[in-house]
Amino acid sequence: MKRRDFIAMGVAHTAGLLALQGCMGREIAAKAAEHNILLFGNDTDPGTLDPHLCTTFTEHRVMTALWEGLTSLDPADLSVVPGVAESWDISEDGLTYTFHLRQDARWSNGDPLTANDFIYAWRRILTPMLAAEYSYMLHVIRGAAEYNAGDVKDFSEVGAKALDDHTLEVKLAWPAPYLLSMQNHFTWFPVHPPTIERFDAMEHRDTKWTEPENIVTNGPYRMVAWVPDVEIRAVRNTHYWNSEAVSIDEVDFLPYGGKMMTLERSFRLGKLHLAVDLPISKIQVYQRDYPELLNIHDFLGCYFYRFNTTRPPFTDARIRRAFAMAIDCERIVKEVTRGGERPARNLVPPNTAGYTCKSTIPYDVEAARQLLADAGYPSGKGLPPIDLLYNTSENHQLIAESIQHMFQEAFGVRVVLRNQDAKVYFDSMKQLDYGMCRSAWIGDYLDPINFLECFETGGGNNRTGWSSQRFDSLLSQARLSPDTGERDGLYQQAEGLLMSEAPIAPVYFYTQRLLKRPEVQGWKPNIQAHIDYKYLRLAPGKE
Amino acid sequence: MARYVLRRLLTFIPVLFVIVTVVFFLIRLAPGGPFDTEREFPQDVQRQLNEYYGQNLPLYQQYWNYLSSAVHGDLGRSLTQPRFTVTEWIALRFRVSLELGLYALALALAIGLSAGMLAALKPNTFWDYAPMSLAMVGICLPTFVLGPILVWLFPIQLGMLSEAGWRYPSDKVLPSITLGVAFAAYIARLSRGGLLEVLSQDFIRTARAKGLGETRILLRHALRGGLQPVVTYLGPAAAGLLTGSFVVETIFNVPGLGREFIKAALDRDYTMIMGTVLFFAMLILVFNLVVDIVVAWLDPRLRHSLQ
Repeated sequence: MKRRDFIAMGVAHTAGLLALQGCMGREIAAKAAEHNILLFGNDTDPGTLDPHLCTTFTEHRVMTALWEGLTSLDPADLSVVPGVAESWDISEDGLTYTFHLRQDARWSNGDPLTANDFIYAWRRILTPMLAAEYSYMLHVIRGAAEYNAGDVKDFSEVGAKALDDHTLEVKLAWPAPYLLSMQNHFTWFPVHPPTIERFDAMEHRDTKWTEPENIVTNGPYRMVAWVPDVEIRAVRNTHYWNSEAVSIDEVDFLPYGGKMMTLERSFRLGKLHLAVDLPISKIQVYQRDYPELLNIHDFLGCYFYRFNTTRPPFTDARIRRAFAMAIDCERIVKEVTRGGERPARNLVPPNTAGYTCKSTIPYDVEAARQLLADAGYPSGKGLPPIDLLYNTSENHQLIAESIQHMFQEAFGVRVVLRNQDAKVYFDSMKQLDYGMCRSAWIGDYLDPINFLECFETGGGNNRTGWSSQRFDSLLSQARLSPDTGERDGLYQQAEGLLMSEAPIAPVYFYTQRLLKRPEVQGWKPNIQAHIDYKYLRLAPGKE
Repeated sequence: MARYVLRRLLTFIPVLFVIVTVVFFLIRLAPGGPFDTEREFPQDVQRQLNEYYGQNLPLYQQYWNYLSSAVHGDLGRSLTQPRFTVTEWIALRFRVSLELGLYALALALAIGLSAGMLAALKPNTFWDYAPMSLAMVGICLPTFVLGPILVWLFPIQLGMLSEAGWRYPSDKVLPSITLGVAFAAYIARLSRGGLLEVLSQDFIRTARAKGLGETRILLRHALRGGLQPVVTYLGPAAAGLLTGSFVVETIFNVPGLGREFIKAALDRDYTMIMGTVLFFAMLILVFNLVVDIVVAWLDPRLRHSLQ
């Protein structure tokens, strides 16, 4: 875009913002709706908007306004819908995907978007020098892991190539039926090669290509302003192929530094249309007084406790299972978290890509006592004090305290709570310096493997010391199987094994909470909390 | 005077050197590193990240690299904010803190000085007791109490001003008041004390005997001496105000430097911690020097002792 256009556009949009300047708190959101501007209260400011360096869900919320992958997800049911690719073919063995890109796909500066731009982007995220944290998401492509590790130097050996400007072929290392839904993850988004080259960002993390005056994107919106920790302003991208479907002119992301109290207050005072969360203490207030503003829906994540399987008494699977069976998850979600969470008796959230685990750890204190007796600790006598670790947060503390209480009641065991600052806690977890510790996993894509593979032998996210050859081989088989039914069967066996060996004690499945003013229409809840901004509309005057 | 300033400037060097050294090694003793997160990234990525940011080098070499680039004014790259250098980030944040600090300082001086002068002119009357009691309340009210009270009163109850943010002009009022009030209270009490002491001295009695008006005596003769305690206090206070208050920035969601300082430490963003510590240290050193110079200018006796 020419500099002059950029300024002209900036002036036009500043006019809208200026109109808001004079408003008092309560009128701002209403006034913004009249100007067709959506005010979105985000928890924190993105650390980066480089799709290859993003790591958080907060960033993902902004990314999906600015970018679009080969496919997209229908927010209503998370079914795969065309994105930059208008259609695709899958080979019989499920190992080759051919994407047909739409002819009218363009970058926000008007440049045509081609298959080579995807190849370029994938080469960038897999470049070892860039040290992209989430590069392993692409390891499903044949040869990608080797290229990423630096063992292969020539990218043409990686199974992704552009057959022509609008045809993209991807050869997989294993049949991954989740490849299509994974395209909505930022790691797979294309980048604009001339911009990356201009800032020498192929191998460099710290460049200015994502600054608003430089960035070129391909989604329904493009960024025109980014004042760190103050605002990100994204306006309609007129070059977007489906621009006609976009209803809202401008989306402003306003970050709150992780302070949920302040975020909720701003929402209550009418400065925001949407707020991504609210403090637990406010949930009941909203449920009672403003139920129409509060939306709670299931979210693809599990809150659980890890057992250190290398430290007695948790070296014995019976003891681990006994402790897991003594946690009354129902009571925790009803009396402590109170955010509509579902009690978890296994790891993978129910109905993840059609899979629901059949083997669970029941809540049964009597049976738990029996297990302990079998392991040589009749009614808990002789158990050493249990070291229970969590990271600083009011929520984690409340949950840890109730679990402490449950264990003491069930087994008469002494439980010592240990609270650490986040970074110290990550370190303790990595060093296996704990007895039990609180933990969680949020799914990156809709497939049980994303949860289960955490507990493979030696995996970085295992952090329990647990290892089972049978579990590892079940997952390897599941990866190689092109048949959904067979794969689900293998997942059942693997998760069943995980639950009977119990290196973890599940507590609850997450929910996502959203505060939404009635002006915002077209929003649909889904388990990935995926928001497709082009489906949102503002209806001013709706109170 | 110039020699004195030069000598003081030279003492900055060992002070800063000691600070850099102690902080550099101390922060690395804390468990956990900048790239540790809730989810563990693959070993390869950890290694690549450490290589990219030079964290794989032996510690003495990292220290030496840091020191030699810091001497050239390069404070390095932030480990958690890839698009900014530490210097750029501090500049960006300090601009906000500076703006907030200046509003608060102006407010503190305006309220504090007028209350102090009023009280000194009418000692032991209502005009003394009322502002001084209020000042006592101001000193006792911590910002984390005053801030939420103001938020409750203005935006929530009266529907005016703004509760958080740094986007619209109305966002800037309450944080400035919250930050300024405690300083105003101190200034009021200090200026009252200072002025009362000066007003009881012989040269003031002479001025009164000459028939000068009270206002003239206060503004022309007493103020210069009476403000000395305020000026001494203003040095560290201004440094504190300008570098932002963590509490006020947190309550009102103001993107200033104070908040960043804490965040850098929690994130183990080593280069950012070093940068902010160095910046704060410099600021305090410079402000103390400026205060000493101003005090000397206000008090001729001191000026002689410096020379």
